[in-house]
Amino acid sequence: MTTATPAKTKYEAIIGLETHCQLSTETKIFSDSSTQFGSDPNTNIDPVCMGLPGTLPVLNEKVLEYAVKAGLALNCTIAPYSKFDRKQYFYPDLPKNYQISQYDLPIAEHGWLEIELTDDKGKPLVDENGKALTKRIGITRLHMEEDAGKLVHAGSERLSGSTHSLVDYNRAGVPLVEIVSEPDMRSGQEAAEYAQELRRIMRYLGVSDGNMQEGSLRCDVNISIRPVGAEKFGTKVEIKNMNSFSAIQKAIDYEIERQIAAVETGERIVQETRLWDEATQRTISMRTKEGSSDYRYFPEPDLGPIEVTQEQLSHWKAELPELPAAKRHRYENELGLSPYDARVLTDDRTVAEYFEKAVTAGASAKPAANWIMGDISAYLNNEKLGISDIPLTPENLAEMITLIEDKTISNKIAKDILPDLLTKGGSPKAIVEKKGLIQVSDPKVIEAAIDKVIAAYPDELEKYRGGKTKLLGFFVGQVMKETGGKADPKLTNQLLQSKLNG
Amino acid sequence: MIDREQVRKVAHLARLDLTPDEEEKFTTQLSDILEYFEQLSELDTDEVQPTARAIDMSNVTRPDRLQPYENRETILNSAPDRESTAQGDFFKVPQILSGEGE
Repeated sequence: MTTATPAKTKYEAIIGLETHCQLSTETKIFSDSSTQFGSDPNTNIDPVCMGLPGTLPVLNEKVLEYAVKAGLALNCTIAPYSKFDRKQYFYPDLPKNYQISQYDLPIAEHGWLEIELTDDKGKPLVDENGKALTKRIGITRLHMEEDAGKLVHAGSERLSGSTHSLVDYNRAGVPLVEIVSEPDMRSGQEAAEYAQELRRIMRYLGVSDGNMQEGSLRCDVNISIRPVGAEKFGTKVEIKNMNSFSAIQKAIDYEIERQIAAVETGERIVQETRLWDEATQRTISMRTKEGSSDYRYFPEPDLGPIEVTQEQLSHWKAELPELPAAKRHRYENELGLSPYDARVLTDDRTVAEYFEKAVTAGASAKPAANWIMGDISAYLNNEKLGISDIPLTPENLAEMITLIEDKTISNKIAKDILPDLLTKGGSPKAIVEKKGLIQVSDPKVIEAAIDKVIAAYPDELEKYRGGKTKLLGFFVGQVMKETGGKADPKLTNQLLQSKLNG
Repeated sequence: MIDREQVRKVAHLARLDLTPDEEEKFTTQLSDILEYFEQLSELDTDEVQPTARAIDMSNVTRPDRLQPYENRETILNSAPDRESTAQGDFFKVPQILSGEGE
């Protein structure tokens, strides 16, 4: 007897992210204390961020500028009229018992950013024309707010049931932007890609360092599943506590599986907050008391509204750098680079600018990309340096690439002089001239060397002519040795083959 | 205008512990206050923007210039309790259960 197995229900995940980015200002959002990470506890505090009676918060002008620039870079509409609100809740990390945030009139709304779709290894997926496949993720809103302090739970005392907690308010009042995405992502990989692109944009703008370890970039994920084709959303679960992009991806992938398994066994998904546990690689429920999240927002009476003028807006808009997505498109479409190369080069703005300077100085794009992504990156990684720390200037790199292209030096010679260029800098042309490394392209000189080599290895010659053509490499090596590595490799190959074949 | 249940909820959100007598009293008082303000609804405000503040001033900002506050000790001392550890000076608060209900 045969029974038809019912078609397995396919599910899709609906994912949205809430990201907090710390803005790179010197001082706090509403007061003059430092935002320095890692200061001794409670050294960066003042009456305003501590919410002492009679104090008046005043908005840091850089916070407004950075928030507007971030909004513009995320293709948002900047609010002509925006205000701050009080969000009330009781928790000891919040000295005022309310957080100054923005509720119904955020500074920026209705934007989007573009992510590249990649495979499991982070390689961009491409269409039939070899162009990167991209997807737009909507940005619901971006608003300004203050960070809270930090509770220190003495680890050893937790078991013995200590009677108190310790609080460090250095972080209270540190400026943040909260960026809320539309529920447009469908996999952990897309969400991780979104978070990375967001960080790239913030770093390009210079408005946030995006350091996840120090908490400058924090992502909360909202996720639900539904059968493919269904319109209704499933019950939404929030996941917190991921401090790397891979943790975001893994937490989401875990949560998708967990929710599917729950639905398949007829279990009800509870609307709740779950924590990603890095040690056990799973999400765990963090039950919160019902009804505790009634924030009773109301307009902050101590701060005036913000009305960004058209003039100010155009001024800030003009200061925006070319952003990563625009660079990727330009590298692919105008410079003919592969999506992979474009992606790697534009990941860091200083690397992209180095590359562009080399191209402007006359280097061909592809070899410039190869040198930067290959030998130069390897050196930087080894030495833990940034590309702007090395004496090799983009102009000198361009000069070296030109020397290779006009056959003044071989690729091998270039590799030989690179360590010197990386550590001491200088003109590659001057170096090859000084060291006498200019490539020999004169057939007569190469032929002379070949004749010498052939005369020196009669046995090998016989074997070669007897069919062991693999020995060609051996002869090339000997000719190179004879010419101090300076013989034009392509020409050597040609001449050698014709001589060996007799 | 406002019922006892709402008063209980607001009291809970404000972390206030009310006696039954107080609940009764505040329900009446708050209703009276709200009723008094209700007179405002006689006015037609359809064309009026909500007013968040009385002073008509916008874009008040300050430069991003570091000026560390020098009287840190006073702030630390004004808290009910503090504690100095090897890591530095902390405010001391009643225990918060970390990972509540975990």
